[in-house]
Amino acid sequence: MNQNINRQQVERVAHLSRLDLTEKELELFSGQLAAVVEYIQKLNELKTNGVEPLAHCLPVHNVFRNDAVKPSLATEDALANAPDRTDDFFKVPRILDDSSGA
Amino acid sequence: MLQGLNAIQLRNNIRDGQITSREAVEWTLERIANLDPGIGAYLSVFADKAMDQARVVDAKIAAGKPVGPLAGMPIAIKDNMCYVEGLTTCGSKILANFKPPYNAHAVEKLLAADAVIVGKTNMDEFAMGSSTENSGLQKTVNPWDTSRVPGGSSGGSAAAMAAGMCFAALGTDTGGSIRQPASLCGIVGLKPTYGRISRYGLVAYGSSLDQIGPLTSCVEDAALLLGVLAGHDERDSTSVDERMAPVPDYLGELGKPIDELKIAIVPELIDKAEASVRDAAKAALELYKKFGATLVEVQMPHFDYSIAAYYVIATAEASSNLARYDGCHYGYRSPHAHDYIEVYSKSRAEGFGAEVKRRIMLGTFALSSGYYDAYYLKALKVRNLIRQDYTNAFAKADCLMMPVAPTTAFKLGEKTDDPLQMYLADVYTIAVNLAGVPGVSIPCGFDEKRLPIGLQIIGPAFSEDKLLRIGRMFESKTDYHKQRPTLQG
Amino acid sequence: MAAKVDYKVIVGLEIHVHLATRTKMFCGCELVYGGSPNSRVCPVCLGMPGSLPVMNKQAYEFAVLTAMALNCEIARFTKWDRKGYYYPDLPKNYQISQYDLPLSHDGFIEIPLEDGSIKRVGIIRAHLEEDAGKNTHELGNFSAVDLNRAGAPLLEIVTAPDMNSASEVRQMAQELQRIVRYLGISEADMQKGHMRFEPNVNLHINKDGQTYKTAICEIKNLNSFRAIERSVEYEVHRQLDEFLETGRTMQIGNKRTYGWDDVNQTTVLQREKEEAHDYRYFPEPDLVPVEMDEAWFEQIKSRLGELPLQKQKRFVGEYGLSNYDASVLTADKATAEYFEKVVQAGADAKRTCNLITQTGQKLANQNNTTVDKLGISPQNLAKLAQMADKGQISATAAAQIFEKMSQQNADPEQIAKADNLLQNSDAGAIEAIVDQVLAENVDAVQEIVSKGKKAGKAQGFLMGQVIQKSKGQANPKVVAEILSRKLAQISS
Ligand SMILES: [Mg+2]
Ligand SMILES: [Zn+2]
Repeated sequence: MNQNINRQQVERVAHLSRLDLTEKELELFSGQLAAVVEYIQKLNELKTNGVEPLAHCLPVHNVFRNDAVKPSLATEDALANAPDRTDDFFKVPRILDDSSGA
Repeated sequence: MLQGLNAIQLRNNIRDGQITSREAVEWTLERIANLDPGIGAYLSVFADKAMDQARVVDAKIAAGKPVGPLAGMPIAIKDNMCYVEGLTTCGSKILANFKPPYNAHAVEKLLAADAVIVGKTNMDEFAMGSSTENSGLQKTVNPWDTSRVPGGSSGGSAAAMAAGMCFAALGTDTGGSIRQPASLCGIVGLKPTYGRISRYGLVAYGSSLDQIGPLTSCVEDAALLLGVLAGHDERDSTSVDERMAPVPDYLGELGKPIDELKIAIVPELIDKAEASVRDAAKAALELYKKFGATLVEVQMPHFDYSIAAYYVIATAEASSNLARYDGCHYGYRSPHAHDYIEVYSKSRAEGFGAEVKRRIMLGTFALSSGYYDAYYLKALKVRNLIRQDYTNAFAKADCLMMPVAPTTAFKLGEKTDDPLQMYLADVYTIAVNLAGVPGVSIPCGFDEKRLPIGLQIIGPAFSEDKLLRIGRMFESKTDYHKQRPTLQG
Repeated sequence: MAAKVDYKVIVGLEIHVHLATRTKMFCGCELVYGGSPNSRVCPVCLGMPGSLPVMNKQAYEFAVLTAMALNCEIARFTKWDRKGYYYPDLPKNYQISQYDLPLSHDGFIEIPLEDGSIKRVGIIRAHLEEDAGKNTHELGNFSAVDLNRAGAPLLEIVTAPDMNSASEVRQMAQELQRIVRYLGISEADMQKGHMRFEPNVNLHINKDGQTYKTAICEIKNLNSFRAIERSVEYEVHRQLDEFLETGRTMQIGNKRTYGWDDVNQTTVLQREKEEAHDYRYFPEPDLVPVEMDEAWFEQIKSRLGELPLQKQKRFVGEYGLSNYDASVLTADKATAEYFEKVVQAGADAKRTCNLITQTGQKLANQNNTTVDKLGISPQNLAKLAQMADKGQISATAAAQIFEKMSQQNADPEQIAKADNLLQNSDAGAIEAIVDQVLAENVDAVQEIVSKGKKAGKAQGFLMGQVIQKSKGQANPKVVAEILSRKLAQISS
């Protein structure tokens, strides 16, 4: 199996990561990531049929909280670190395409 | 005056009125002022706030009121734990001006124990690195040899401890970031079991791997700090409760050696380290044999795959954890962004350093459509096999011993151009995080350049009390942990 | 356009229901509709560094309860996943959701159609997730972000493409609203965005012996049931016209998104091509899985109660009501329960139904409440129904008394007496008035006796005269009886 990473994929991944990379960075990272990805393919030496994926180390489940109100931050504290604001809103350059949606 | 005192001795002196907390804090601040310009351990120092805290403790003691177990003690914390005082930067330009409106659980615990937080320490940006050279803000050097790295990512905390610029420090360990700098700086570093200490308020790197832990001058101090920090926190769903894992009295039983101690070793792993490290580890094992311990050879057939699995899992989680730094709600926003998409892509490109970008991209790649099964899912399965290796080893022995790092402190700049070589420096520490088990690094010798060497003791989940007792056995017959670099300042 | 084409409408729905918990899904911020911007936010829902989510148990149970009502399989093991995409209303730039192991799947909802039949629509899955905040765009060259809604618990329900007309889609939406309100898990107010419906519409067109499928279009921005029905109708015609004009059919990736313009009653293209989304789902490391044992499952199930359609069917069978009346009464759970209490207190079901659906609901609407909260005890309303049944009051008087009762919950008989609304059924007294009226209106009597053209009208006139002379208090039934008997005597 060869699932290595080439320049084109590095560009795609940079876009998915919202990183506006320079030409020089793209060049550098393509080489470095290729080396790391090649190293990672070492995993393929192991047979893992029937092995459960382990996402959590602890056998913990059902950790809930009660539906009880806790104080929120004061609006000023919530906005204190905002790079830009308008009234009590966070301000960002106009969002044109509406690709929101839960 | 205070040089050479460990945290417990200092605490006792303060509590008994032999010295005030104010004097201890003043002494520490003066030492930071003298030495840190040459070390670069601290990103921020809270002189006024620390003096205020010291005064409060002194007043309590003078009034005969009860004080906490860390009464008046100057402590440093890694700059990835939220503290309402000053900034929490995570060593990154993207958070260079971030003032958190809340305290991390660990910070709350320190404050409740009457500790004095003197400052926040440098680190590899977002805890990604093994040398602290990835800090976006500052350079930190090893107090034993200022041309060398202090290790990382908790390099600032380790350097501050080694240089005597605090009496205990907190670090975090995702793939070795407490144990490795502790080893390279000749101090004790403990990575507790995943879930032992709440991660609430710890800026996430690899959420399923991150743990907070103490860096101290001896095992006894590590026990004291762990006792303060451990326990359930309802704000962290992955912090275990008292029913599953009660918090033992780590200090109380510390002096009791373990009878018929069985130590698991993987001989070929020890032999992989450079000669000085290998020999120090072997000498340490010989000493344990003198205490009556028996060595049990075990197999860790999947150990070799831990770096590969780690760099998939940790970076995948990081790619998601670090998505929030986008210049919209807090943190750095690029002045060159013209639309909201550029607010993301330029702020992130300008705010993150190279290693963070590499790991974000690696993790994004491992999760992206078409690659998830081959990389991410595969790594999770290998993670399970690695954990199984530990379970098998611990069925035969009380603990596992091996070096912490394959070499002593390396030169600044030596590995910065080759990320993969840097990753391989974590070969001994990473598997512990994948398995979620605890590990402690204790000083066990010096190489011919008088650079410290650490011994790693690893145990099953929630066996910190035992690990500390095992470590204490070694300390009681050696003085490596008492040695400190000679510093000019 | 020439040839008549035969086509089938295919609609599936993606639905988001806001759960009526007190706090958000993963933090203790209070859920308040219309609070001032960024006043209900904390480090967790702001996605601040180091903050961690903790599950709201009530939200989880509400979700399971709803899934049970939708006849879904409830997962005994479920987990959380992160869905990654960048948007300013999503502070962490990932949404905590459920991907491969949703908390429920494979259910169905039964919808009563207008013709009285029942339609079954499949439910593919229902899972929990957190809502995003709100972006406001009407601000020139920038947008404003309010994160009060960020982290609100959302139940996402995905239906099978089983609906085949605009009205079916609307009725599905209404039935779902009725169910979630019965369960008390959501206020389900569409205007306030408590329920959001996104129909996925396309057509299967038969032409020249071949079936063509048009591209699926998703419709957003629907905030009323009317808008749902109108928009689907509009989209059906738009797609048909487009197909006939261009022959364009479904291709991989040509799913489009339209927004409903309520002012112009049209759909407006928002996104031409579905961007190849790469959400990079992976298990949420900050949350632990949920395991549901039998005891917990049964405990939640016991809260299910009788669902609206079951209740509606029972009202038809048990009380002999029409399907329409039963559906009106069961639209709201409290109203249905109130109805049953009145009937249990001894009132006739049909009479009670009429009182509630005609007078009661009008009063309730005026007071912005439901019939049960008008302050009238079921016993008093039952008494009112009985009085009407016995002819002691007229229908108009009953309505008047009903309204008075809602102001003071007094005994209806006392109100009737005090307001002089009791009908006279005393045959002797009425007979005297009838005799008087007959004597005074000889022409009309003659018309009736001679079976003239205006006989019917004349009898009505006499009837009215009697009621009038009694000042409206004579029971019309009794008057009609006596009047008929007297006229028959005169004729013979
Ligand atoms: Mg969704
Ligand atoms: Zn919140």
